[in-house]
Amino acid sequence: MGKHTFKVNGESVTVEVEDDVRLLWALRDILGVRGPKYGCGINVCKACTSHINGKAFNPCAVPVGEVGEADEVTTIEGLADTADGDLHPMQQAWIDYDVAQCGYCQPGQIMAAVDLVRRVRAEDRAITEDDLDTLRNICRCGTYPRIREAIKSASSKM
Amino acid sequence: MTEDNRGGEPGRREVGRRRLLGYLVAAPTLAVAVRLGVDMTAPSEAQAAGTPVPTPPLPADLFDLEDTQNYAAKPTAHLITLELREDGSVHFELPRMEVGQGIMTSTAMIIADELDVPLDQVVVTLAKARPELQMNQLTGGSNTTMSTYYPIRTAAALARGALLEAAALMLGGLKPNSLKTENGAVIAPDGTRVSYGELAGKAAVSQTTAKEAELKSAAERKVVGTPVGRTDARDAVTGAKQFAMDLDIPGALPTMVCKPPTINGTVRSVRNAAAVRAMPGVAHVAVIATGVAVRARTFGQCIDAVRALDVDWAPGLVGHDSDDDVLAELKDAELPLAVPEIPALATTVDTSFTFMFSSNAALETGCTVADVTADSAEVWGGFKAPIVAKQEIASTLGLPADAVTVNVVQGGGSFGRKLFQDGGLDAALASQAFGAPVRLMWHRADDCRQGRVHPMSTSRVRATVLGDQVLSYEQRHTSARTDFGHGYGEMISAAASQLPVGDYSISQWVYTLTQAAHYNFGPTTSLLNELTDRRFNTGAMRNIYSPNTAVARELTVDKIAATMGKDPYEFRRTFVREERSRAVLDKVAEVGRWGRDMPPHHAQGIGIHNEYHAYTACLMEIDTSPATVNRKVRQAVTGPRVTKVVFAVDIGLAVNPKGLEAQMMGGIMDALAIVLTSSVHLKDGNFLEASWDNYAYTRQWNVPFDVEVIVMPSTSEDPGGAGELGVAAAASAAANAYARATGTTPTVFPINHNSGLHFEPYPYSPPIPQSPTNGLDYVR
Repeated sequence: MGKHTFKVNGESVTVEVEDDVRLLWALRDILGVRGPKYGCGINVCKACTSHINGKAFNPCAVPVGEVGEADEVTTIEGLADTADGDLHPMQQAWIDYDVAQCGYCQPGQIMAAVDLVRRVRAEDRAITEDDLDTLRNICRCGTYPRIREAIKSASSKM
Repeated sequence: MTEDNRGGEPGRREVGRRRLLGYLVAAPTLAVAVRLGVDMTAPSEAQAAGTPVPTPPLPADLFDLEDTQNYAAKPTAHLITLELREDGSVHFELPRMEVGQGIMTSTAMIIADELDVPLDQVVVTLAKARPELQMNQLTGGSNTTMSTYYPIRTAAALARGALLEAAALMLGGLKPNSLKTENGAVIAPDGTRVSYGELAGKAAVSQTTAKEAELKSAAERKVVGTPVGRTDARDAVTGAKQFAMDLDIPGALPTMVCKPPTINGTVRSVRNAAAVRAMPGVAHVAVIATGVAVRARTFGQCIDAVRALDVDWAPGLVGHDSDDDVLAELKDAELPLAVPEIPALATTVDTSFTFMFSSNAALETGCTVADVTADSAEVWGGFKAPIVAKQEIASTLGLPADAVTVNVVQGGGSFGRKLFQDGGLDAALASQAFGAPVRLMWHRADDCRQGRVHPMSTSRVRATVLGDQVLSYEQRHTSARTDFGHGYGEMISAAASQLPVGDYSISQWVYTLTQAAHYNFGPTTSLLNELTDRRFNTGAMRNIYSPNTAVARELTVDKIAATMGKDPYEFRRTFVREERSRAVLDKVAEVGRWGRDMPPHHAQGIGIHNEYHAYTACLMEIDTSPATVNRKVRQAVTGPRVTKVVFAVDIGLAVNPKGLEAQMMGGIMDALAIVLTSSVHLKDGNFLEASWDNYAYTRQWNVPFDVEVIVMPSTSEDPGGAGELGVAAAASAAANAYARATGTTPTVFPINHNSGLHFEPYPYSPPIPQSPTNGLDYVR
C-alpha cells in the first residue's frame, strides 16, 4: 500500500491504497468524489470521463500509482471552476438544450465534449459532424441529438 | 361506449375516459372484440370499390393497457399527500420511480399549475415502498402521468381551496371566492398579499374531513402544456445528482458478486475463499444464492477478488443452446394463420420476421445499498416495483415484510430492467451474509450476460387483397417467455380478469391490451403465443411487444401498398382507422417532404403507431450507400445511417412538450438500435455480449444529423403515455426506409445479427474482465 498525492479539482489530496487500484475507485470509494460514474470499468462506456492536466481521460483505466503530485485531475465537480462564470459554458449549454434525461452518463459526456472542443480549437477550425461522430460516450437514454446541438452551441462560447 | 362513433374524431378520449368504467361494468365491448375473426366475413359485394373495408376495433382500441392500469390504480390512487411548509415550499412524495423519463419535473409542473405556486417551490421526492398502495406503486407501461394526473391535481386543488379559506379568515372574514391565488400567495381584492408560507399553519385542520375539489379549467393553465427543462438539470450537469452508488450510507463498503460462467449457474463450492479474503482491501467473502459475494474497500479490489475466486459451479438450465435452437422452438410454437374465405381473385400477402434477443440493460448496472441486521433490513435502490421488492427481499431474507424498508432512489435509466430487483436481492443477501452494510454493484459484463433480455420472437402477418381493398389482416406473434413477475402482471390481470374474455396468461393480457388495430383492413386479429420455459432471465424492454409487432405490421403495409401499386404514404392515409393517426401521418409527410427525390442508395420510409392513448408517425431518410455502410469505427457497428428523422406525436394533452420531445428522441434512438445494430447473440448456452462495445446500442456514429419532433396541438384534456411511445413508429420507419433503399425487405432484426461479430467475446471465466491500465495512453 502506497501513499499517492495528486490534485483533484484544485486541491491536493493523498490517498493510501495499493498502487494498482484504478483512479476511479480512489476518487469514488476513498475520496468520495462521485461525479465520475461507473458504466463498464474497461474504458468503453466513458461514463467516468474526467480531465488530467486539462485533457480527457478515463480513470477506470488508470492505476492510481501512475498519477503523480504534479498531476491535476478535474472531475465534473470541478469543471465550472476552470471557466469564468457560475457554470462552464458546456454545462450551461447542457441546461439550455435540456440534454440530460436520467443523467447518469452526462458528467462523462460533458467532460468529453469540453475536450473535443479543445482539440478542434487547437486545430483552428469549426466543429464538424465527423468530430461529433468520434465521441464514444454511450447514452442509453438516447440524448445524442441534443448532445450534438449543445456541443455546437457551446463551442462558440468557450 | 357502444353508441360512440369510433370514427376517431380528435379528442374522443376526453369523453371516452369518463365512460371507461361504465363501459367496463355495463358494456362488454371486449366480447365484441374477441369475436373478431370468428363471425366476421368478407365484405359485401355492395362495398364501393376503393373504400377501405372497415375494421372493427381490437380489444386494445376500446380498453387498453392504460385503461387497465388506470382502473387498477383507482381504489388506492387517493392515498397521496401533498404538504405545504412554512417556508412556502410544497412537498410531494411521488409513488413512482424516476429513471430519466421526466416525471418528477412533470409532477412538479402539475402541482405548480393547480396550486399557483412557483415551480422551484415544489419539491418532488420519490416515496418509499408503501404496501398500502397495493398495485398503485409501479412505474411501467408509460402510465405515470395518466394515472396520477387527476389525483395530483385534486390534491393540489384541495390545498389551494384550504389556503383560500385560511386567508379569508385571516383577513377578517372575507369570502374565499373573493380572493385569488398567484405565484405562491393569496391576493385579496384590495391587493393584500398573504404568502402560502404564512398560511401553512393556519390552513391546517385537526380532523380529517372529506371535501370536494374544484379543478381549474383548461383556460386557466399556465404551466402545464408549456416546455419546461428538467428540474434536476443543474444537478445532472454538476455531478450533484445522486444515484444509489453515490449515497453515503455509513459502513456500506463496495460489494460485488462473482457470477457463474453459465446463465443462472449455482455455486457448489469455493476452493480459495480464505486466500481471496486475504487479498488487499478485501473484508468479506461469502456464498450467496446467486454467486459468491465479496466486500472490499474499493470496487477495484472487489473486481480483483471476483477474478481471483476459484469456484466449482453447477450449470444453469440453458445447456448448450444457441440462437437457432430457440428459433426452432418458436417456429414449432407459431400459431397457424387462418385461410380466410376470400374471393377467387384475391391475392395473399404473407410476411414473416424474426426479432433476436436484445438487452434492456441501462447504463447504471444493478446497484443497491443494503443494511441487513438480524431483525430488520433497509435498502436504497432504483426500484420501479418497490412493493414487490419489499416482499421479495423480506421473503428472501426470512424477515417479516414490515421489517424491510425500501427506499426508492432515482435510477440511471431503466428500459424495463428496473422493474426487477435482481441487484437488490443480491445486496440484501450479501449484507445478511456479511452482517454488514453493502454498496452492491453489478459489473457491466454480468449486467449483459446474467441480466435480463428481451425475448426472441417471430411475427407473421397474412393479409388478403382484392383490387383496392384489403379484406383481412392477421398477425401471429410468437415469443420466448417474457417475465412479468414484478407485480405488473398481477396488476393487469387482476383488473382485466373482470372482463368477459377467456383464460389468458399475463403475457397474453399485456399483448392483447397493447395491440390496437391501426388500419381498416377488414377482419383483423392479432394473437400472441408465448413459450413457457423459464431458463432465460427475461423481461420487457421499452414498449414491450410493440416495436417488433409494429415493424412486422408496417413492413407488411408497405408490401400491401406495393401489391396495389400505391404510394406507402397515400395508402396509409386511405386505410388508417383513426383521424388522429391520419393527422400525425400527414404532418410527417408534409414536414419531411415525403416523396422528394433521393440519391441512389438513399430512401425515405414511413410508419405509424398508436398506443398509450397517443398517436405517432415517423418519417426517416436512410443512407445505405457503400461509403456509409463500410465506414470503419473501431469495435463498433456502423452500417446504414439514418440521416434525417421527422416524428409527430399527438399525446392528447402534452404536460411538458419539452420532456415529451426528449422521450420521443430517446425512443427514436432505441428504434435505430433495434432495427439496425443491437442484439445479443446466444451461443453454446451463453450470451456473447459483455460490454457496450459488444452490445451495439446506438452511438454517435449512428445518430441522424437531423431529428425533428413535432408535438401536435392538444387534442384532449387528458395526457397519454410518453415513456415508451416513440419506439414503435420510429422502428417501423427505419425498417421501411432500409427496405426501400436496398430493394430488399429484411426478415431478421436487427439487420446485422447474422453478419458476423464485430468483437472478440470476453472469456466466461473469470466472469468479468480486468480493468485496463493503459488509460493515459489515450490522452490526446
